Amino acid sequence: MAREDTFAEARKHLAGLADADLEARFWELSRRCTDPLVELARTHTSPSIERSVLMRMGIDSPTCRAVVSECEARGLLGHGAGHVVLVAMRAWGTDAPTAAARLAAGEGWDLAAAKWGGAR
Amino acid sequence: MSAASVRDDAGQAPDPRFGRPLADPPLDPDVKLDVDALLEGLEDYRPRRRGWTWRRQVPDQRHYEFTYRETAESLERSVPLPAAHYFDNIDPQPDCVITTEIASGRPEDDIRRMRMAAWHGADHIMVIRTAGQSHMDGLLEGTPEGVGGIAITRKQLRLSRRALDLIEDEVGRPINFHSYVSGVAGPEIAVMFAEEGVNGAHQDPQYNVLYRNINMYRSFVDAAVAKHIMAAAGIAQIDGAHNANATAVRAWKVMPELLVQHAINCAYSEAVGMLKDRICLSTVPPDASPAPCMRMDLPYAIALRDLFGEYKMRAQQNTRYMESDSRDATVSHVMNLMISRLTSADIQSTITPDEGRNVPWHYNNIAAVDTAKQSLVGMDGLREMVKVDREAPELKSRVREIKERAVLFLEAMLEDGGYFAGVEKAYFVDSGEYPETHDDGIGRDSQGGVAAGSIVPRADDYLAPVCHHFGENHLELLAGFGVAAPETGRACDIIGGCTLCDDAKVPFIDELDPTDNATVRLAQTAEQRERGLITPEVEWAGDGIVAVTMFLPAAEPVAEAAALEIGRAMNLTDCEVIHKRVMHPAEGTLIELKGRLDVAIDPATLTLPEPPDLLDDEEIRDFVHEHGVKCVAATVGEDEHSVGMREIIDIKHGGLEKWGFGVTYLGTSVPIEKVLDAAIEHAARAVLISTIITHAEVHRDMMRKLADLAEEKGVRDRLLLIAGGTQVTDEIARDSGMDAGFGRKTKGIHVASFIVREMRARGL
Repeated sequence: MAREDTFAEARKHLAGLADADLEARFWELSRRCTDPLVELARTHTSPSIERSVLMRMGIDSPTCRAVVSECEARGLLGHGAGHVVLVAMRAWGTDAPTAAARLAAGEGWDLAAAKWGGAR
Repeated sequence: MSAASVRDDAGQAPDPRFGRPLADPPLDPDVKLDVDALLEGLEDYRPRRRGWTWRRQVPDQRHYEFTYRETAESLERSVPLPAAHYFDNIDPQPDCVITTEIASGRPEDDIRRMRMAAWHGADHIMVIRTAGQSHMDGLLEGTPEGVGGIAITRKQLRLSRRALDLIEDEVGRPINFHSYVSGVAGPEIAVMFAEEGVNGAHQDPQYNVLYRNINMYRSFVDAAVAKHIMAAAGIAQIDGAHNANATAVRAWKVMPELLVQHAINCAYSEAVGMLKDRICLSTVPPDASPAPCMRMDLPYAIALRDLFGEYKMRAQQNTRYMESDSRDATVSHVMNLMISRLTSADIQSTITPDEGRNVPWHYNNIAAVDTAKQSLVGMDGLREMVKVDREAPELKSRVREIKERAVLFLEAMLEDGGYFAGVEKAYFVDSGEYPETHDDGIGRDSQGGVAAGSIVPRADDYLAPVCHHFGENHLELLAGFGVAAPETGRACDIIGGCTLCDDAKVPFIDELDPTDNATVRLAQTAEQRERGLITPEVEWAGDGIVAVTMFLPAAEPVAEAAALEIGRAMNLTDCEVIHKRVMHPAEGTLIELKGRLDVAIDPATLTLPEPPDLLDDEEIRDFVHEHGVKCVAATVGEDEHSVGMREIIDIKHGGLEKWGFGVTYLGTSVPIEKVLDAAIEHAARAVLISTIITHAEVHRDMMRKLADLAEEKGVRDRLLLIAGGTQVTDEIARDSGMDAGFGRKTKGIHVASFIVREMRARGL
């Protein structure tokens, strides 16, 4: 919606604020804008976030992509792709890159299905 | 050179979290970077530190005869400003970090430019990403060629960082390496940057949303994880607010919104764990002349620093109003630098003066860095004498107004449902100054954009067994796997350490594409490198691009067509007019033309002038003492210049008097007859005349006349006749009857050495 410059009218409630109070208000409003964004981030994940977890587990980028993409397809992302790899690691007694490589090759998804159900 | 010789922020040894750095031999300033060697063994390369480094400031630093108020530690090796030779070749370094942005698209060419920029004073090297990488869901690998920037990959980072380790040792100052943690792969790029010792990065989810149309939920969810990892690695963050300035229809109208954008990113970054001293605001003076830009932009710069005083300022230069005219851009940038000096800048960014016409060329990166260094050093300490008058009515009311408008923006956005609702309702990048709106902002659908619908709620058993992971993470579940909870151990203990704790776990992929990579490209120019062949270049080795500046006495459209024809006559191919400026509608046009020249010069075929063979001080002093050498000097012709001659003579400039020469200076505009009479009267051995070069060849006449007159008076054999001037050459002088000629950059030692050697040769 286009609007004329209503600054003179709109500012009236700010006119009496000292500079420091105006600045404090600026920051209070800014944090009110970002608080729900932080909460959204705290409680959600994404394919890139999950790949970043697998990377930190020492897994190379093509394997991260394959495993996360399969987790996504199987509805497992919300449990954490690292969680899925961890379950496979413990079942096979391997390190994370080896477990991820086997998952990427299509092995072991029955382990995840057994734990979380929801095989596709 | 050992890694320990680099001084980092805390003066510590190399970061123990990384594996041992490779033992590369130090660079030799006279030898080119060995790009092929740097590409070898990258699988074993590990960076020497994590995190950002500020310059070390030195209060009241002395250089030559001057005291500086705002400088940092000097470099061990550098190229000083052009006029430095008048000032004992000092190269004072400003207090703030100086950025250069490199975007050649090829890592193997980028690193040569990084070395050049570092020698001119850049210690923040920002590599621009290739077009489209921000939309790639995942990482790229190898060294594919980019467009308008580079494919950011692990191999590219290692090659660049490895070269920068050597370059920082060569110049003697840590160099910050920087790229982008934006797009749909932000968290992965952040991990890779932490693993590979990248020191700074752009990260601002608003950039994704507004300019890359990446889904807003995805952008913010990803950003929290990315920022948290950056914080753990001490990576400095630069936000993306400057893009609103570069995009806005009327850049002077977006100031309230810029404050809001900075605040959203700052508040969000802090909430997810970043420290204030690693959060940098990317701020640009929004306007350019012919607007009264400094009076418009200074209140904004002050309002910003009032509100964001605890954060760091990355002062960027204006690109919104950049045209193809590099002179125009440079003047704008100097005015931007003045705002930096009148307010503050922790990082001074530079934009190349050719960015308005092409992807930056090598020497324009250098020009931009020099512009920043020259301006910042030239305005050193100015703030002590020239203060911003905060009580000036226009400034005071405008600073207040911008802040109030920003508060109104935030109030309305919250009233309308918050940040996401604000973006949906196109609050941002509107060409009206809020609360004025023109309904032309950028609006985005919260359910739309790239990667829409890709975020997932974290389940009650969400688990990520790694360190520095932001958000809900049920690490208590680790007990079920038989390991201690993180209160007593690390989140990554269950996997035997994550890559941020155990560097040995970082994987490396070399190339995925057998044809599109640096090794294949380098093979095409291998012969050139091996034989040292010289081809002009602006961007890539062997690109053959040259630029030609010409004035054509024709109207603009005719001049442009004629210039292309002239380029072809010069054997240039792919000619393109890169800049034109009307001098007068009928009288003529200035044209800058670029073209490709197919040439490769073998240096073995070149004849180089012999470097002057200089005698040492003691030898000259002894000879002069023994022979009592006297000289007569004068500026001849209708010429009032005396500076050049003074430099050759005066003891305080290291001139002839230093070694005991007796010099009589006769002054300016001295007739030749008088010069010779004085030489005879003083029994001088050498006559020094200074001339300017004129169209009418007066300088040659002057020299010839002196030689003839000396002959006539029978004193030619016992006199050394020497001519000097900014455009005099030895060849011109000898052709005109002199014994020697000296041009620009001549020092007393050159003339003294010549006199002593010539007197010996003649047995005088």
